[in-house]
Amino acid sequence: MTPDAAVVIGTGEAVVFWILGPLALAGALGMVLSRNAVHSALWLVLTMLSLGVFYVVQSAPFLGAVQIIVYTGAIMILFLFVLMLVGRDSSDSVVETLRGQRVAATLLGIGFAALVGAGIARATQDLPVVGLAGVQAGPGGPDAGNVEAIAALLYTRYLLAFEVTGALLIVAAVGALVFTQVERAPGSRSGQKELSRARFLTDRPQTLPGPGVYARATSVAAPGMLPDGGIAEDSLATGIEPQRVEPAPRGAGRHQLGSPDAALGALDPTVSDTPGGREGGEHR
Amino acid sequence: MSETLPADGLLGWSWLLIALPLAGAAVLLLGGRRTDRWGHLLGAATVATAFVLAVLCTVQLAGQDGAPADVELFTFIATGELDVTAGLLFDPLSAVFALLITGVGSLIHVYSIGYMAHDPGRRRFFAYLNLFVAAMLLLVLGNSFVALYVGWEGVGLASYLLIAFWYTRPGAATAAKKAFIMNRVGDVGLALAIFIMFAQLGTTSYAGVFGTVGTLAGGTITAIGLLLLLGACGKSGQFPLQAWLPDAMEGPTPVSALIHAATMVTAGVYLIARSAPIYDLTPTARAVVLAVGALTLLIGAIAGCAYDDIKKVLAYSTVSQIGYMFLAVGLGPAGYVAGLAHLLAHGFFKAGLFLGAGSVMHAMRDSVDMRRFGALWNKLPITFATFGLGYLALIGFPFLSGYFTKDAIIEAALDRDDVWGWVLGGVAVLGAGLTAFYMTRLMLMTFFGRARWEEGVHPHEAPPVMTAPMVVLAVGSVASGALLVSVFPLSGWLEPVFGEPAEAEHVVAPAVIGLVVTLVMLLGVLAAWLFVGRREVPVAAPVRVSPVTRAARNALYADAVNESLFMRPGQWLTRALVWVDNRGVDGAVNGLAAGLGGSSSRLGRAQTGFVRTYALGMLGGAVVVAGALLAVTSG
Amino acid sequence: MSLSYYLVFAAILFTIGAVGVLVRRNAIVVFMCVELMLNAVNLTLITFARSTGTVDGQIIALFVMVVAAAEVVVGLAIIMSIYRTRRSASIDDANLLKY
Repeated sequence: MTPDAAVVIGTGEAVVFWILGPLALAGALGMVLSRNAVHSALWLVLTMLSLGVFYVVQSAPFLGAVQIIVYTGAIMILFLFVLMLVGRDSSDSVVETLRGQRVAATLLGIGFAALVGAGIARATQDLPVVGLAGVQAGPGGPDAGNVEAIAALLYTRYLLAFEVTGALLIVAAVGALVFTQVERAPGSRSGQKELSRARFLTDRPQTLPGPGVYARATSVAAPGMLPDGGIAEDSLATGIEPQRVEPAPRGAGRHQLGSPDAALGALDPTVSDTPGGREGGEHR
Repeated sequence: MSETLPADGLLGWSWLLIALPLAGAAVLLLGGRRTDRWGHLLGAATVATAFVLAVLCTVQLAGQDGAPADVELFTFIATGELDVTAGLLFDPLSAVFALLITGVGSLIHVYSIGYMAHDPGRRRFFAYLNLFVAAMLLLVLGNSFVALYVGWEGVGLASYLLIAFWYTRPGAATAAKKAFIMNRVGDVGLALAIFIMFAQLGTTSYAGVFGTVGTLAGGTITAIGLLLLLGACGKSGQFPLQAWLPDAMEGPTPVSALIHAATMVTAGVYLIARSAPIYDLTPTARAVVLAVGALTLLIGAIAGCAYDDIKKVLAYSTVSQIGYMFLAVGLGPAGYVAGLAHLLAHGFFKAGLFLGAGSVMHAMRDSVDMRRFGALWNKLPITFATFGLGYLALIGFPFLSGYFTKDAIIEAALDRDDVWGWVLGGVAVLGAGLTAFYMTRLMLMTFFGRARWEEGVHPHEAPPVMTAPMVVLAVGSVASGALLVSVFPLSGWLEPVFGEPAEAEHVVAPAVIGLVVTLVMLLGVLAAWLFVGRREVPVAAPVRVSPVTRAARNALYADAVNESLFMRPGQWLTRALVWVDNRGVDGAVNGLAAGLGGSSSRLGRAQTGFVRTYALGMLGGAVVVAGALLAVTSG
Repeated sequence: MSLSYYLVFAAILFTIGAVGVLVRRNAIVVFMCVELMLNAVNLTLITFARSTGTVDGQIIALFVMVVAAAEVVVGLAIIMSIYRTRRSASIDDANLLKY
């Protein structure tokens, strides 16, 4: 690779680097420093998006796409999903329990970064830039054949590694299933029959009332109404704070235009005239 | 030494001499209780048959003018250059011993039938006795030092088993152990002597060793001679290994008679006599033999004067008499025949004395305390008569066996015709006087004086099966001396072994010696009568006694010397070793383990369980690696 | 402007990720830090691919992504099961394996 073949890095790329680089760094630092895990995840998304752009700039448009779609899209969503499952408020306390851990980690980190950075800077000062135009140039531009170039190598020289990676993914999926499965002793799982019997033995055999969605509001936080006009507390899922809504207009009856009951009544006069038309409106 | 002839005729069957008692022992030991009823008869019969065979063999040997017969049996040890062929050598010397062992052995077997009649372990007793006879015959009949050694250890084992025959008695068990261990000390010497022979000469057979021993350096020969003497001292209860023999009297009395008086303890004399060609070449070793014999003679006699235990007195008498024999064989060619004659005569009268003592004990309910005897002469007439004859023979009463053989030894000592000859002769004469003293004391305390019996003791004469052997032995005691010296001269019989006896220039006429010895003997008897017979014998031993008596009572402190010189340092060494083992070796091992355990538990503190701490370590390591890489590549 | 800028930048990102692993206790955040370190490495790989003019570096980066995905799946499953039993996602609470 003679220096003649070197591709000169353009000013545009330098601009991109100097804009996105600090952004990515800020994202990384933000991830480490945020107390809230969800914020950390969002900071990380910032960094990963920046990196994706870097990939594209560095003649790897396919990987850039993968980075944004798979990493930022799928994997980070998985992180958030687990965070929600585990509870987003399980954030770190400020107090470091291991004595000297933070100081040591910071000092070591600075030292490591200084050593490796200095070493890399020294070693790669005159790193030639051959560029990938020679292998992946296509009709649409210098990087248009990137996918083809990757595929050509992936399915020839790296075929075995590719197959093994596939196997690894299968194993990972099965492994995740195995880890998350809750072991139950045989026979301890109750069937529909047992569940029904157990429910009928309580003083509430029927289902819980539904929330007031569609009936009175557009949110699941709106509780269902009881026939006496009270609020059915049971109609809300646990953990949802009930939302105050306007009480339903009373005595409007089916004559009121625009009400669903009126519409239904107009279609079929034999229909029951229970207000709300719901089965769960019974007194407890 | 005359030429060895191949064994033919009856001599070819001489291995039966050993095989018969051995078979008897095997049958009795392996047969179990089935043989209880007739076991003792079988035991006596095998030995008696062996005796008959020994007599026939001896007759044939006499017929061929004493030319030794070599009986090849089988190859015993063949490894490398060592080629030990098990074989027997039946020559006049062996014949004498074979006759003594089987003859006295038969009599004692017969005696034991009566003596052990009521003992539940009678079968075992006869089995051990047969084993002993077999081993002893192997000892004297073997044609090599290795065969002798096998027999040597065999009699040691039999002796141990028989001393501890009543193994439930602590005294017997201790005595047996003592005898066994002190014998081992001697056996080490014998074994080393055999090793030297093999290393230097490449052979251990008598013929090979005696034929080539002259080629060795004088120092080596002296070493062999001294080591053989050590072995002989151990087996024969000679100074400094004499202390076990009196304790061995814890065994049954027939055992004392057969093993610890007549036969086994004379094995040392046999060894030295057999090794005469070696000692002929080393005056130093021979002088040591002389010194040992003279010293032991006096020690035994002095200790015998003080004991009240009838068997111990006899035991010290044995020690003393074997001292005479050592003295004799130490004198060289002049003394061999005298020593062996004394050995034979001693075998008769000492066995008879022990059997008599056994008869007395039998009558006195197994008591051995002479202070509780007395006035038994008319209660036990046969015992008294036979014992008395043995006594007279032992003290050298004129014309009984001891007179001839002991005088011969004193003659031989004086014939050296130098200062040491006079010293040794004087010691021998002094020993004769002491012998007369203590034996007379024994006689007086046992058979004369006032009856000092314990209550309830009713002395009675022993049954004929016991008295008959005593009578035979008494006859032997009386006659053997004269027979061996004049009628059937032992010197002529042993000529093929020891060569033509030189016609010695007698320094002192034999008649004068006889007279002097007799006078000294009479002095001893008189002294005993003055000290013991004239006065009442106290039942309890006097406590306030002279230091000499106290020393004699303690056997001249042989046990104390052994304890302080060997046992205590051994114990200290053992304790020191145990301490070193506990503190040093164990301490090092345990300390290492504890140190490792402690440091690992301290290191284990690093395993905090916090993954982040581990990760910190990894990052630190990465920093160090990066720094090192940078330092190396840029440096 | 040269390619070593990218490399130094990646090294800094990597170090930030490593320090994050050390100082954060929420297992999920620790995982995110690990992902950041992997991404930094990917950037290095892609930079070198560009420098040498071969696509191999990009393919390795692709494999890293796949392995990272598998690792995230398994790791999050582990975190879930730990959380289910210990009611905590703090990695300091999972410290039974010690002296």
